[in-house]
Amino acid sequence: MRKEDLETVIGLEVHVELSTESKAFCRCSTAFGAEPNTQVCPVCLGLPGALPVLNKRVLEYAIKTGLALNCSIASQSKFDRKNYFYPDLPKAYQISQFDQPIAYDGYVDITVDGQARRIGVKRVHMEEDAGKLIHTGDDIATATSSLVDLNRAGVPLIEIVTEPDIRSPEEARLYLTKLKTIIQYLGVSDCKMEEGSLRCDANLSVRPRGSSKLGTKSEIKNMNSFRAVFRGLSFEEERQKEAFLAGEEIVQETRHWDESRGITVGMRSKEEAQDYRYFPDPDLPPLAIDPTWVEDIRADLPELPDVRVARFIKEYGLPDYDAEVLTTSQRVADFYDDCVRLHADPKAVSNWIMSEVLRLLNAEGKELEETPLTPEHVTKVLKLMDEGVISGRIAKDVFEETFHTGRDPEEIVKERGLVQISDEDELGRIVAEVLEANPNVVEDYRNGKDKALGYLIGQVMKATRGKANPQMVNRLFKEKL
Amino acid sequence: MELWDLTVHELSRLLATGEVSAVEVTQAALERAQQVEPAVRAFVTSTADQAVVEANTVDAARARGEQVGPLAGIPMALKDNICTRGVRTTCCSRLLEKFAPSYDATVVRRLQEAGAILMGKTNMDEFAMGSSTENSAFFPTHNPWDLERVPGGSSGGSAAAVAAGEAVFSLGSDTGGSIRQPAAFCSVVGLKPSYGRVSRFGVTAFASSLDQVGPFTKDVTDCALVLNAIAGKDELDPTSVVDTPPDYRQFLGKDIKGLRIGLPREYFAEGIDDEVKEVIMKAVGVLEGLGAVVEETSLPHTEYAPSVYYILAPAEASSNMGRLDGVRYGRRVEAPDVDTLYNRTRSQGFGAEVRRRLMIGTYALSAGNYEVFYQKAQQVRTLIVRDFEQAFTQYDVLLTPTSPTTPFKIGEKIDDPLQMYLSDICTIPVNLAGIPGLSLPCGFSQGLPVGMQLLAKPFAESTLLQVAYAFEQNTDYHKQRPQVTVGGESNA
Amino acid sequence: MVKITDVEVEKIARLSQLELTSEEKRMFTQQLSDILTFAQHLAQVNTDGVPPTISVLDLVNVWRDDEVKEWLSREEALAEAAVVEDGCFKVPRIMDEE
Repeated sequence: MRKEDLETVIGLEVHVELSTESKAFCRCSTAFGAEPNTQVCPVCLGLPGALPVLNKRVLEYAIKTGLALNCSIASQSKFDRKNYFYPDLPKAYQISQFDQPIAYDGYVDITVDGQARRIGVKRVHMEEDAGKLIHTGDDIATATSSLVDLNRAGVPLIEIVTEPDIRSPEEARLYLTKLKTIIQYLGVSDCKMEEGSLRCDANLSVRPRGSSKLGTKSEIKNMNSFRAVFRGLSFEEERQKEAFLAGEEIVQETRHWDESRGITVGMRSKEEAQDYRYFPDPDLPPLAIDPTWVEDIRADLPELPDVRVARFIKEYGLPDYDAEVLTTSQRVADFYDDCVRLHADPKAVSNWIMSEVLRLLNAEGKELEETPLTPEHVTKVLKLMDEGVISGRIAKDVFEETFHTGRDPEEIVKERGLVQISDEDELGRIVAEVLEANPNVVEDYRNGKDKALGYLIGQVMKATRGKANPQMVNRLFKEKL
Repeated sequence: MELWDLTVHELSRLLATGEVSAVEVTQAALERAQQVEPAVRAFVTSTADQAVVEANTVDAARARGEQVGPLAGIPMALKDNICTRGVRTTCCSRLLEKFAPSYDATVVRRLQEAGAILMGKTNMDEFAMGSSTENSAFFPTHNPWDLERVPGGSSGGSAAAVAAGEAVFSLGSDTGGSIRQPAAFCSVVGLKPSYGRVSRFGVTAFASSLDQVGPFTKDVTDCALVLNAIAGKDELDPTSVVDTPPDYRQFLGKDIKGLRIGLPREYFAEGIDDEVKEVIMKAVGVLEGLGAVVEETSLPHTEYAPSVYYILAPAEASSNMGRLDGVRYGRRVEAPDVDTLYNRTRSQGFGAEVRRRLMIGTYALSAGNYEVFYQKAQQVRTLIVRDFEQAFTQYDVLLTPTSPTTPFKIGEKIDDPLQMYLSDICTIPVNLAGIPGLSLPCGFSQGLPVGMQLLAKPFAESTLLQVAYAFEQNTDYHKQRPQVTVGGESNA
Repeated sequence: MVKITDVEVEKIARLSQLELTSEEKRMFTQQLSDILTFAQHLAQVNTDGVPPTISVLDLVNVWRDDEVKEWLSREEALAEAAVVEDGCFKVPRIMDEE
């Protein structure tokens, strides 16, 4: 048997922090970045006699997410206690959901190498986050003590668990990207992996291709970015395949992704498996979900990425690729919609957004909403080009300034005298000058070197500081040569 | 009669007319406590200084003609598992010996709004686990009726404080009988309200699905008055029910003619002291004489209640008490690593009974045992609930002994946990069913108090008060007071 | 008869974060066996099709609106802790990951 004969099986568990104002079971703020232990109360500190009260929005957001992931919504649901001791867990139990998750049996569609793949979503459940530990050493292993900040304790989470349907680290990455997009569309979380508001653990096993039996899995933790997920799973996939082919036993264990070393490391396993002693939380009355409420939430769902892609293709005649790229962010997709409303050339708008807007955002590491850019800015630039007022090159410069300053492109063009020179007499004179000054190049062109023309046009552009109408210059040269 | 010997309603009248001041009442209770406390030991923390200040505030408000609360100027005591802001709340555990909460329990807030004055925090079995108050980490409390005997538990200090006149009323908590059994042992009125009637917020949880807070009082009228002050929905307790409780005074004095009373035969069976039975039957006779219709009935699953209870209560407790880890509060035993710190803090912080119950509870919830023990117990609990539902289709009230025996001697049962557990057989089913239960003084056996337990359907505290009041008006057991002997001298 | 073994008692103690002396271990092994044997007579009860009672209340859907309310100051939050550093609760070395 060779590596190619082995199949990788991955399941992901994604934790998403919900962007509610207050915590899941008390009224403390969920704001990120506050001074340690300034957003705590008897409930989230686990003081004697304190009782949890559910924040309704947590339930609403969980249902919303369940619906967006094509899940069934439970009619009966409840909270359970997951019992274990750890310094970041004040009550020594986490309020979670065990056997009645709020949503179940859904899916997310992804596109892998042009092929549609459906990843099953087993369940979505609500739970509370733990606090934060600050270790005094470099890491937990060498720290002699740790500091406990409970601001995050009790912040609402949803955990989204897939079926073991993912077949490669790349699929895992695509699933995560898609999931993040959907959740951002819903507005239930900001999904910032660097702030820990989106976290991903994975189960990975390998088996001979064609086998329906699952292999022994390892659970991989501490993958703190999409790239880390891809790298961690790629490493683990290789490790297990090699072990399998070498006939080594793969043990069920938790493995820690070590980003700096680029490897997964097995955690010291406890003598017995954790026994969480789940039981229904007697402090929290059960949930009986009103189906009309669910339908109201469904009716209020935003247009989700898949639907939007389909609409962009159908309504605007965009290629699949453009539609996918433009819908990765809801803000960008909204922006595109607005631009097209102002400028009736969807493909030109798409090209501009994909090449210019996304390039600039990427270079600046910004989100669209963090820039002063408006749809009018884009459409004005496109109009200036269409009307031949400015060339494409000038347009890029003008747009970049607008991107940074929010100034009106027309004004910039006017102020900087960037109006394109389309005066045939004037351009004809410059063309003649260039021809005269470059006899060798002219000779080359006549001898069949097409590239020579580019050089000559470049000289005209230089002379006009880029303002010459390129089509006209091109025509003039061809006539004269 | 001495001021410390009066009831809430008697004192309220005197306070309202200005015949006595709150300070005088408070001083009287403090002096009484000074006298008998060395023998009874009901309190673990005294708030005497604060009490006098509060009493002055009440008097000043009244002097200004301001509206004061219904319990204004009345000295009260609180079981030490009820959180009081700035006043240490120990649960009578070494682990919380110095714990001063930063918040008040909702019941405390309500009683303070009603104007009651806190005299101190009372002794209890550690974390409310016990039936004798001997499991207090500090000292046992003595029964004012016989100082060699236990006051019952776990709210023994609260019961003894009222019986001995050290507080006019007190609060306890009841998970399996911890209000009713000590009320019976100390010959005071004790009420465990329906589950959901009174907020649990700020009351250290033992078993969340069973715990309720309730009053100890000298008579039934006082019971209604205190219940009025503490009952009702609390936004901080999602298991408190929404509907507004009635003014419970309106049920006092209502005729009980034709009211149907059931005597479940399982509560008069083997294991119940014959003399206790005799006293109870005499009391039943009084009620019959008032026109109540009394019949024998059956609650067939009664025998399983202790087993159900001693699985479910420890299971919930094992989870509720995980938070006592020495990190955010409580006495911490230092160690080089956090697991050892947890182990040492908890092993040295908890007494034997608490550790025993945590072990039972953890066992019942752990993998492989959950179905056999925990889930099975919850199913049998359903059958117990149904027994009561069935009975209350035929009867307005069920009547049983509160405890199978009169108060036992200090030390008598302490080494036999199973025997101790069985002293709650009459009270445990009531918590499992979530119904209200009231223990009422109904006589004496060899000079020791006997209490009868009245039960009604959920949220029918009104019926219990109605029947109890009728009984009380036709007997004088509630007027009898213990002779507390201090250093050979009797202090009546 | 439920017979609790030493190994089980050790496991339960570990899960409960309790440290037992050998004397206590012996005592608990016996007492737990007794109590659980007593409790085991529940097995006799036919509970086929009987739902569990998690709560006696028929309350459902108890919740509040998503509103922030401040309660404790940091000083109050930390006041009862044995060891505090930099506004945090301090704990000694953590042996292994959850």
